[in-house]
Amino acid sequence: MGLLYGLIAVGLALIFGLMDVVNFAHGEFLMIAMYASFFLFAFFAIDPLLSAPLVAAALFVFGAVVYLLIVRFAMRAKANAGMVQIFSTFGLAIVMRGLAQFFFTPDYRSIPQSWLGGKTISVAGIFLPEPQLIGALVSILAFAGLYFFIHRTDFGRALEATREDPGAVALVGIDKNRVFALGWGLGAALVGLAGAIMAVFFYIYPDVGASFALIAYVTVALGGFGSVFGAFAGGIIVGLVEAVTALVLPPSLKSVGIYAVYLLVVFIRPRGLFGSM
Amino acid sequence: MDKNFAARRRRDLIIAAVLAALAALAPLFIKDVYVQNILILTLMYAALSQSWNILSGYCGQISLGHALYFGIGAYTTELLFTKFGVLPWFGMLGGGVIAALIAMGLGYPFFRLRGHYFVIATIVIAEIGLLLFQNWEWAGAAMGITIPIRGDSWLKFQFLRTKLPYFYFALALCCLAWFVTWWLEDSKWGFWWRAVKDNPEAAESLGVVVFNSKMGAAAVSAFLVAIGGAFYAQFLAYIDPESVMGFQFSLLMALPAVLGGIGTLWGPVLGAAILIPMTELTRSYIGGSGRGVDLIVYGTLIVLISLALPQGLVSLFSRSRAKGVTR
Repeated sequence: MGLLYGLIAVGLALIFGLMDVVNFAHGEFLMIAMYASFFLFAFFAIDPLLSAPLVAAALFVFGAVVYLLIVRFAMRAKANAGMVQIFSTFGLAIVMRGLAQFFFTPDYRSIPQSWLGGKTISVAGIFLPEPQLIGALVSILAFAGLYFFIHRTDFGRALEATREDPGAVALVGIDKNRVFALGWGLGAALVGLAGAIMAVFFYIYPDVGASFALIAYVTVALGGFGSVFGAFAGGIIVGLVEAVTALVLPPSLKSVGIYAVYLLVVFIRPRGLFGSM
Repeated sequence: MDKNFAARRRRDLIIAAVLAALAALAPLFIKDVYVQNILILTLMYAALSQSWNILSGYCGQISLGHALYFGIGAYTTELLFTKFGVLPWFGMLGGGVIAALIAMGLGYPFFRLRGHYFVIATIVIAEIGLLLFQNWEWAGAAMGITIPIRGDSWLKFQFLRTKLPYFYFALALCCLAWFVTWWLEDSKWGFWWRAVKDNPEAAESLGVVVFNSKMGAAAVSAFLVAIGGAFYAQFLAYIDPESVMGFQFSLLMALPAVLGGIGTLWGPVLGAAILIPMTELTRSYIGGSGRGVDLIVYGTLIVLISLALPQGLVSLFSRSRAKGVTR
C-alpha cells in the first residue's frame, strides 16, 4: 500500500516537488486515468496492466496541454503566484469533476449502490494473483526511472535549472515552456500509470481523486520538496504508518496517523526528511 | 501621501457605512425567501473571507485549514446548547475564544514552517479535526447534531418563520469583520503584518516580533471565523462534521478573498458578492440535472478569473483610479 501511495506521489513529486508548481488537480488526473483504463477494459477488454502505457501516454498529452493552456499563465502572475496556481488548478479540478459527472455518471445513476460493488474491474485470480505486487513493482521502477531521469539526463538538469532560474536558462538557450510542458506531461504520465494500476482494485467515481490527492501532497512534503528519493521514502513511511494506525485505532481514523506523522516530521525537520527547498 | 492615506481611509469608512445601510434596507424590498437565503450566505462568506484575509492576506500565512475554526465555533455552540442548555450567544463567544486559543496553540509549532510545508500542515490539522469529530460518539460522530427547536426567540437565536434575524446578524458580522480589518489596517499590527508578509527577516531586524504578530493575526482570524461557524450552525439548525469542518469550507473561505483581491480591504466583500450568488444560481438553475454542468461552469469561471486578474477584482478599481489620478 505504501508503494502505491508512492506511485501516486511520484508524479506529484515531479510537478510539485521539483518544478515547484502547485497542482490541486492532481487527484483529478488520477481519476481521469482510472476512468481511461476502466473504459479501455469495458469497451475493448484490454486489461488495465496492458493498457497502462496507453493511459500513461494519454495523460502525458493531457498534462502537457494543461500546462500550456492554464499553468503557463498562472506562473506568469507577478503577484500572489502561489494563490493563482492553487485556485486555477483548483478550478480545473472542479471542471474535471463536473465533466466526469456529466459524461460518466449518468450511465450508473440508475443503480447507484450496485455499480460501486459490481463494476470494479478485477483481474485478481485471472491474470494476476497479486495486482498489488505489480503495483509495488511498477512503483519502484517508476521511482528509479525518475531518479535516473532527473540526475543523469540533460533534460533532468534542464528542468532543475529552469526552476532555479528561468532567466538564466533562457540565456543558454533552454525554452522554459518546452521543458516545463514536458515535465508536466511526464508527471501526468506517471499519475496515469498509477491510475491504471489502481483502477484494478479501487472503485471509480468522479470524486475518487480527492481522497488520494491529500495523501499524495503529504507524502511529497514528508519526503521533502525537491527530492525524488524523499517522495519514495515518504510513500513507504505513509504506507507503514497507515498499517500500524489501523491496528491501534478504528479504521475510520487510519489517516490521522499519517497526518500526525507529517506534523511530527516537519516540526523536527521543517523541510521534510530529504528536502532541499 | 499621509493625507491621501487618511482621506482614503475616511472614504472607505463612508462607503462601508452607506453599503451597510443599503444592505440593511434590502429586506424591505426583497421578500423572496430564496433570494434572502443567498444574501445571508453571501454576507456570511464575506465575513469569513474577511477574517481569513487577516491571517492569510495581510500577514501572508496562507491557511487552508480554517474549516477547523469554523467547525469548532459550530460545535462548541451546539454541544453547549444541546448538552448543557447554555444559550448560543455564550456558546458563540466560547467557541470564538476556544478557536483563538487553539490557533495560538497550533501557532507555536506551525509558524516555524514556511511555504508549502505550512499550507499542507494547515490542511492536515483540519483533516485531523474532521476525522476526530466524525469518530467522537458523544458529539454525535458522523451523524452530527440536530438543534432542538424551541420556537422563535432572540434569546436562543433561533427563528423558524422568518430568515430576517439571520440576515441582520450576518450583516452585523460582516460589518464587524470589515471594521476590524479597517481598524487593524492602520494600527501597529497592520504595519507589522505587511512587513512580515513582504520580508520576515527584514521585519525582524527592524524590531518587529514576527512570531507574536503572526500569533495575533491567527487569534483574531480564528475568533471571527468561529463566530461565523456558530452562526452557520444556528442558521441550518443541523450540523455534522463534513458540513462544518470539510476541506471545501477552507477553500470557500479563501476563494472570495483571492478572487476579490487578497490582502485588500474590499477584496473579500467584492469577491463574496460575486462568487456566492454565482455559486448558488448555477447550482439551482443548471445543477438540477445532477450532471455536473454547474461544476463545469463554476470551475471554468474560477480558472478564468484567477488567471485574468491575479491581483483580484479590486485591481480593476484601483487601475481606473490610478488612471484618473494621472489624468
